[in-house]
Amino acid sequence: MTASFLRRVRVAEVEPVASRIKRFRLVSADGEPLSEFSGGSHVTVCMQAPDRLIRNPYSLMSCPSDTSSYQIGVLKVPDSRGGSEFMHENVSIGTELEISEPLNLFPPAKLARKHILVAGGIGITPFMSMMSELESVGADFELHYGVRSLAEGAFCKLLETRYGPRVHLYFQDKGQLVPLEQVLASQPLGTHVYVCGPKPMIDWALRSATLAGWPDENIHSEQFTAPPIGKPFVARLVRTGREVTVGGHQSILEALEQNGIDAPFLCRGGACGQCETAVTSCDGFIEHNDHYLTEAEKADGRKIMICVSRISGDAITLDL
Amino acid sequence: MAVSGIKSRPVYPGLSPDPNARSNVVVCDVAGAEAVVELLTRADGAFARRTSIILSADGAGSEQAQALAKRLEPAGVEIASGLPAAISHLNAILDQASMGLRLYAAGSEPLIGSVVQAGLDHFIDHLSIRTEHRGSLKRRVQCVHCKGMTEDVTTNPVTCSHCGLLLLVRDHYSRRLAAFQGVCINAESPGERPEPNVEFP
Amino acid sequence: MVLAFKNETFRDDFTFSNSPESIRRFPFPFHEDKYMYAVNIEPHVPGPKGTVYEFPIDIDEHYVAEMRDREIVLAADPGRCQALPHMMTAQWDMLELLMTSMARDYPEHFSLTQDGDHWHWINRPLGIDQKFTFGDHTTLPYEPMEYIGRQCQGDFSIQDQRDGQLWMDAGIITTQADWSLDFDIGMNFFEWHGPVPLAHEAGVFERALKFLLNLQVGRPVRRLNWTMTINPRLDTSPENYHKWGIDRTTVTPENVGDKVHLRVELQGLWRLPRSNAILFSIRCYLIKMKELVTIPKWGRRLPRVLETLPPEIADYKGLTRYRQMTIDWLKKYDDGAPTSPGFGPD
Ligand SMILES: Cc1cc2nc3c(=O)[nH]c(=O)nc-3n(C[C@H](O)[C@H](O)[C@H](O)COP(=O)(O)OP(=O)(O)OC[C@H]3O[C@@H](n4cnc5c(N)ncnc54)[C@H](O)[C@@H]3O)c2cc1C
Ligand code: FES
Repeated sequence: MTASFLRRVRVAEVEPVASRIKRFRLVSADGEPLSEFSGGSHVTVCMQAPDRLIRNPYSLMSCPSDTSSYQIGVLKVPDSRGGSEFMHENVSIGTELEISEPLNLFPPAKLARKHILVAGGIGITPFMSMMSELESVGADFELHYGVRSLAEGAFCKLLETRYGPRVHLYFQDKGQLVPLEQVLASQPLGTHVYVCGPKPMIDWALRSATLAGWPDENIHSEQFTAPPIGKPFVARLVRTGREVTVGGHQSILEALEQNGIDAPFLCRGGACGQCETAVTSCDGFIEHNDHYLTEAEKADGRKIMICVSRISGDAITLDL
Repeated sequence: MAVSGIKSRPVYPGLSPDPNARSNVVVCDVAGAEAVVELLTRADGAFARRTSIILSADGAGSEQAQALAKRLEPAGVEIASGLPAAISHLNAILDQASMGLRLYAAGSEPLIGSVVQAGLDHFIDHLSIRTEHRGSLKRRVQCVHCKGMTEDVTTNPVTCSHCGLLLLVRDHYSRRLAAFQGVCINAESPGERPEPNVEFP
Repeated sequence: MVLAFKNETFRDDFTFSNSPESIRRFPFPFHEDKYMYAVNIEPHVPGPKGTVYEFPIDIDEHYVAEMRDREIVLAADPGRCQALPHMMTAQWDMLELLMTSMARDYPEHFSLTQDGDHWHWINRPLGIDQKFTFGDHTTLPYEPMEYIGRQCQGDFSIQDQRDGQLWMDAGIITTQADWSLDFDIGMNFFEWHGPVPLAHEAGVFERALKFLLNLQVGRPVRRLNWTMTINPRLDTSPENYHKWGIDRTTVTPENVGDKVHLRVELQGLWRLPRSNAILFSIRCYLIKMKELVTIPKWGRRLPRVLETLPPEIADYKGLTRYRQMTIDWLKKYDDGAPTSPGFGPD
């Protein structure tokens, strides 16, 4: 199943909220109201660049029950293949875009007694909708948000006004770091911790929670994985009998799409499992970049998540 | 109705120490205490000192219980007269606990089931509770018809201790009820009373 | 479309029957002459006019009588409707989905007016006129799932999605084929399917779970499931098995046509937007053998399918006692002619 079920939206508002972050407000352009969503959801935004179609996932930041518009916050990433830059440079009020229906791979645990949200940088976005939801059901939560500086920190003021003492901000330029060890040391039984931010921060937070004696079941994270770059290689498709070249700045999925070949996907971030593809043979090494396959499956090499993983080598043969 | 080989049967992977836990709480019965002794030998003394054990003595003499407690040192041991007393002691600990506590259970299935239930009441995910089955295979059975619980069931079929129907004990298990399902065995052949076999000694 | 609701019973004197139109639209579940276990999931998109797939929620001539039967079951055993506390958002999601579908597709019978959170619901067949505040369950006589579940054909369960699993944490189940909500509530996808034979080995549930975890808002799916029931009894619960199990011994070669029923469940699965939960609707259709053979293709096909049923499946579905007798009776209607592929009548 492909995410061909798209909604047309129009940009109603663009606001620079920090030095490299813009907030976009999207309203329905097809007359039908947008659907409600659950806290932590994201949508895939399709952007028609001159030379290709870019599809990037972005977390929804607005209040989940507000169906009049969706909001996303986009960080401009330097040296990228261009999606975030496109949003910053080419998208303005009135631009029409296509988005997928919301998908949630980072929901709050409904059975938790308390929620500790740990965000770094742009990783704040999924927590914006999550906090609206938690607030509306009267759940106990606190946010620990680390930013480089006030200028780079999006939504600091907004968050403090809205949630008061439940929000804790840490500014790197002032030498402040999230004191995770203390935060985790004294939480009531049944507390869950959620992390979203740069990969090193996620790794550090997960390790800290484990070292503090927290069970895996209480630890959650979402990483904004984008397909990493590499060297070009060839993908051979057994069932369709075709052969496509995957460019150094392309994922396998993107290369297939560019060649008009339909392959299933949902999150495009290596998390949902939808694009799992059987590997018939591989002339080289698979670089697994997903969070879906188990370590054993990765070592085994018989499956690949084509939205984010690639190979170093000449060619891979896929059951497609 | 008469089917077996059901996949909702819980699995008990065995006890293993969580070296990172700030405190460990273990509930066991006399048979399960052997698994706890093994657990402690697999960890260091510091682990044992962070560990409190609730031993459900279940009719074992106080001498036997004391001797077991001795073998579990230097962990702290609390001897409870039976399962209900052990669980109410556990509840008192969990009421006050914070994150960093790791829960373990070792012994019969009704004991493990009751510990998992207490854990759920305190927001502990059942997957984070480390469990090991030891000793009797006896089961707690819920009659699907009258909803009454029959304790310490060793035979199949078994007579419901509440409504008196003769029940086939299925392998279908409810964590929320900490019980297996019992279904009338002779609904389609009233009067027939299959002989009970000792299936869960 | 104005439906004429029948006055009939699903217990005691069992006056249930299908009108000829109702027989023609019966969701016959076999597309070929042999039995195959398949997950057979397809998009739950609107189907041809007059079929059970025309609308997402199908209401038919049995509506009023089925709702009356549900009321009897719930009065005797309130445990047939339960929701764990964290499911309240999902309950509202369900109420919204059902009310908007029913009012849109059956405007003669139901209407819904929404003014922000102030909703006004009218159910003409059941004589209900209710104003309430969406999101505030104290403004309804029951919690939202039970409120709307008492007014919609089909059983419903709601699955919470956590940690890559689906957990059955709420449901209103009064016409179930032999499973107990009270026992199964809180179980995960593998656990509550535990008793189904053969399918686990085939990896059917792993694939189905993976598919459902990625189910998207606005793209529901459906599948058919079937079993057989003696007498048109909706409440074939394990709770009451000691009372109805005996029915299986009452089949004789003379009464097969009246007593033996094919029971088909149209199962629909929806991603619920606010709660990220999955709504599972189990809409049950019954047809007597006597009614079934009025469609010649079905009369030929059903005995052929029953002959190829593996014994484990026959046992699980509770058919063992009367399978052969039913085949023998049906054979009178199987002239050996080839059948056309597909489900529907020729
Ligand atoms: C579930 C999910 C939710 C997300 N939510 C958000 C959100 O709310 N806000 C947000 O801003 N982003 C979010 N993202 C990330 C977002 O989808 C994009 O990955 C991001 O905007 C970058 O896209 P891009 O096309 O500009 O860059 P990409 O080309 O996709 O680049 C991503 C990374 O690769 C590096 N890279 C790429 N090409 C080169 C090159 N030639 N040389 C050196 N480095 C290179 C970039 O530096 C960058 O770190 C989310 C991702 C996921 C999976
Ligand atoms: S599309 Fe989700 S893992 Fe690849």
